[in-house]
Amino acid sequence: MQKKISNHPFNGTPEQAAKLEAVINANKHDKSLLMAVMQEAQGIYGYLPYEVQKMIADGMDVPIEKVFGVSTFYAQFSLTPKGEYNISICLGTACYVKGAGIIFDKFAEKLGIGADECTADGKFSLTACRCIGACGLAPVLTVNEEVYGRLTGADVDTILAKYQ
Amino acid sequence: MEMINCKVNGIAVSVPKGSTILEAARAAGVEIPTLCYMKKINEIGACRICVVEATGARGLVTACVYPASEGMEIKTNTEKVQKARKTTLELMLSTHDKKCLSCSRSTNCELQKLCLEYGVDEGAFEGYKPVYELDESTPHLVRDNNKCILCRRCVAVCKEQFVSVIGANDRGIDTSIGSAFKVKLSETPCISCGQCVAVCPTGALTEKDDTEKVWAALADPTKHVVVQTAPSIRATLGECFGMPIGTNVEGKMVSALRRLGFDKVFDTDFAADLTIVEEANELVERINNGGVLPMITSCSPGWVKFCEFYYPNLIDHLSSCKSPQQMAGAVIKTYYANKMGIDPKDIVSVSVMPCTAKKFEIGRPDQSASGYPDVDIALTTRELAKMIDRAGLKFTMLPDEEFDSPLGEDTGAAVIFGATGGVMEAALRTANDWLTGKDNLDVDFHAVRGTESIKEATVKINGADIKVAVASGATAAQKVMEKIKNGEADWTFIEIMGCPGGCVNGGGQPIQPQYVRDTVDLKAVRAKALYDQDAAMSIRKSHESPVVKALYSEWYDGFGGHKAHHDLHTTYVKRTK
Ligand code: SF4
Ligand code: SF4
Ligand code: SF4
Ligand code: FES
Repeated sequence: MQKKISNHPFNGTPEQAAKLEAVINANKHDKSLLMAVMQEAQGIYGYLPYEVQKMIADGMDVPIEKVFGVSTFYAQFSLTPKGEYNISICLGTACYVKGAGIIFDKFAEKLGIGADECTADGKFSLTACRCIGACGLAPVLTVNEEVYGRLTGADVDTILAKYQ
Repeated sequence: MEMINCKVNGIAVSVPKGSTILEAARAAGVEIPTLCYMKKINEIGACRICVVEATGARGLVTACVYPASEGMEIKTNTEKVQKARKTTLELMLSTHDKKCLSCSRSTNCELQKLCLEYGVDEGAFEGYKPVYELDESTPHLVRDNNKCILCRRCVAVCKEQFVSVIGANDRGIDTSIGSAFKVKLSETPCISCGQCVAVCPTGALTEKDDTEKVWAALADPTKHVVVQTAPSIRATLGECFGMPIGTNVEGKMVSALRRLGFDKVFDTDFAADLTIVEEANELVERINNGGVLPMITSCSPGWVKFCEFYYPNLIDHLSSCKSPQQMAGAVIKTYYANKMGIDPKDIVSVSVMPCTAKKFEIGRPDQSASGYPDVDIALTTRELAKMIDRAGLKFTMLPDEEFDSPLGEDTGAAVIFGATGGVMEAALRTANDWLTGKDNLDVDFHAVRGTESIKEATVKINGADIKVAVASGATAAQKVMEKIKNGEADWTFIEIMGCPGGCVNGGGQPIQPQYVRDTVDLKAVRAKALYDQDAAMSIRKSHESPVVKALYSEWYDGFGGHKAHHDLHTTYVKRTK
C-alpha cells in the first residue's frame, strides 16, 4: 500500500522545533545518521509531515526526496498524525476470518476516514495492524492502550461513544 | 595491475582484479543484457536481467555487480540463464503498460528489444497493477510511470546532477519513482536538464513532444515559419538515422528542414557569435567598472535554472546575455522581420536544440524582444528526427544544402559552442584580438578543451594573465559555485554548461542504449565533429562573422548599446527550493 500523506495543517510548536534542531545538530556531521534523526523526529512530532521532513532535509543537507523515500519505505514511519485516540484494528489472520475487516470498514464509515487517516478535529485516527497476539479474543482492537475483544458490529458505536 | 584469468563462454580473457563478470564478458567480446546498470553511475544490481552462470557461485549471479575471479568459468547464455531472463522480463511486463504501437520509444526501447529477443509472453503474469497518472506538469518532460521498470537510472543521473528531485518512494509492488510528498515535478527544483530522459531505457520518460505544434504551423498559410538549429545538432542528428556517432550532417539537416517546409532555415550559430561579442563586451565593462566578477556564461538554461535555485544570491554573476537560442529568436522577429517586411506576429520561430531545458527557457519572462516570444517552439534533436521520419524523408540519401541568408553564416567559434569549453574558447579568441588590437593567427586554446568536468586555465592575453574556468554538469557547477560563495575563486570568467560535456551530451540528444553509453565516450566523439569543422573553417572568430558585422552596422547601436541591450539581454530570478 502507498503511504498516506497527511492533509492536516501542521501545528508544530516552537518547543518541538527546538528539540528537533538539537537532534539535527547532534547528528548532522554524518549523513548516514539520517534514519536515526527521522526516528527521533517521529518521537517528537508523532509523525513526519512535509514541514518536519523539510527541516530534516535542510538540517542534514540531504535532498528532501531522500528523506521522503526513506519515510515511505520503512513501515515504522508515519506521514499522518495520530488522533487523540488511535483506533488500531488487528487484521491478522485470526481476526480477519472473524470479520475484523467488516468492523474496520464500519469505523471508517462512521469516522469518514480511511486507514492511516485522522479526523479533521484530531480526535480519532484509524490504523490496521498485524497480529497483536490476542487471537483468543478475535476480532480485537486497541484504542490507545486499551484492548477490546470479541467485537461485533454493534460495538462500534459503543466504543466511539465512550471517547466522544 | 594484478590480473585474473577467467573464461566467458569458453573464451579465455584476462582482466584486472576486481572486475565484474560484465566487464570480463565485455573484454571477451560477449555482451550481457543490462537494464539498471550504468557504468560508475548506477551499479545497484536491481533488475536481474544480467544473470549468468559462474563456477563457484551458488545459483545465477548478477553479472553487473558480481566480481569475476581467477579460474572462473562464466556462461552467459545457457538454457537456465535464458529462462531466468525471460521470467524477469515477463514479471516486468506484468506491471507495464504495453503500448508499443504508440510509444515514442518503440524501436529504440531497451525493454522492448529484450522482450523481442527472449520471445516473452506479454500476459504471463497478470495481476494487481498499480495505475499512475502521467506527470505532464513541466514544459520539458512527461513521466509515465506505467511504463517504468524501476531501474533507477533516472534517479542516479539526477543525483549526478546534484539535484536529486526524484527517487524511489514506497515499497514492494507500490514502489514508484517520483518526488517528495508526491508533488509534481514542476513543484520541485528540477533544472529541466533532461538527463533523466536521455538515460531512461523505456518510454517512462520522454521529452514533451511539441512536434504537432510545428506541423500545425507549417500547415498554416498565414504563418512564416522559421527554424534555427543549435551548433551541436549537426554533430548528433545522424545517429537517429543509424549513422556513426560523430558524423557531421549539417548539409543533410538543412535540406531535411527545407523539405519539411520551413520558410527559412537559419543557423543558431550566428547568434552564438552574437552572444560572444555581447558577452565579451559585458566582461570588459565589468572589469573596467568594478562589476561583479567572475562573470559566468548564461547560454545553458539548465545551468541558469540551477544557479537560480541553488545559488540565488549569486545570480549577479550570470552574464545578462540571452542564450544563443533566444538571441536568434530575437533577431528573427526584429531585424529579419523588418528586413523582410513581415509582421513579427505572423512569424513562428522554431528552434531545434540539444536540450530539454530550452523548452523551459522559451517561456521565461523577459524573452520577447519584438513584443512576441523570441522563440515559439523548441524541439529536441529527437523530435526533429521524428518529423523527418513522418515526412518520409530518407535522411541518409538527402543532398547537402546550405543555410539560408541572412542568418545562416557561422564561424568556427560558434560551431564549438556545442562542446564544453567551446564558449570559453570562442570568447578568448575575440578577447585576444580586441585586447591586443591584432588579428591573431593562433586561435586554438587547447587548455579549455576536453571533456573533464572542471578545467582551469590561465591564459596570457596582451601580457596580462586571465584566469578562467570551464565546468560542465551541475555537480561541477556546484563545486565552482561553492568556491565563489566562499570567496576562494580568483577566476575572471567562467563557462558553465548544465549537462556533462556540454550540449553534445544534452538531454535532448539522440538516445543511445546504455551499452553504447558505457563503452563509447559520447561527449568526446560528438565534440570531435565540431572541433573538426571549426578547424576547417576560414572564419573562426565571432567578431569576424559577416552576420554579426551586418547586424551592428545596419541594426544595433554598437556592442551593448541601448537597442542591443533591450533585445539581447535578460534578467534572472531568485528561486526557492
Ligand atoms: S516502454 Fe518499451 S516496451 Fe513499453 S510500451 Fe514503450 S516501447 Fe513498448
Ligand atoms: S530534468 Fe534533470 S533535474 Fe529534472 S528530474 Fe531530470 S535529471 Fe533531474
Ligand atoms: S523512469 Fe525510466 S530510468 Fe527512471 S526508473 Fe523508470 S524506467 Fe528507469
Ligand atoms: S542487475 Fe545487472 S543490469 Fe540490472
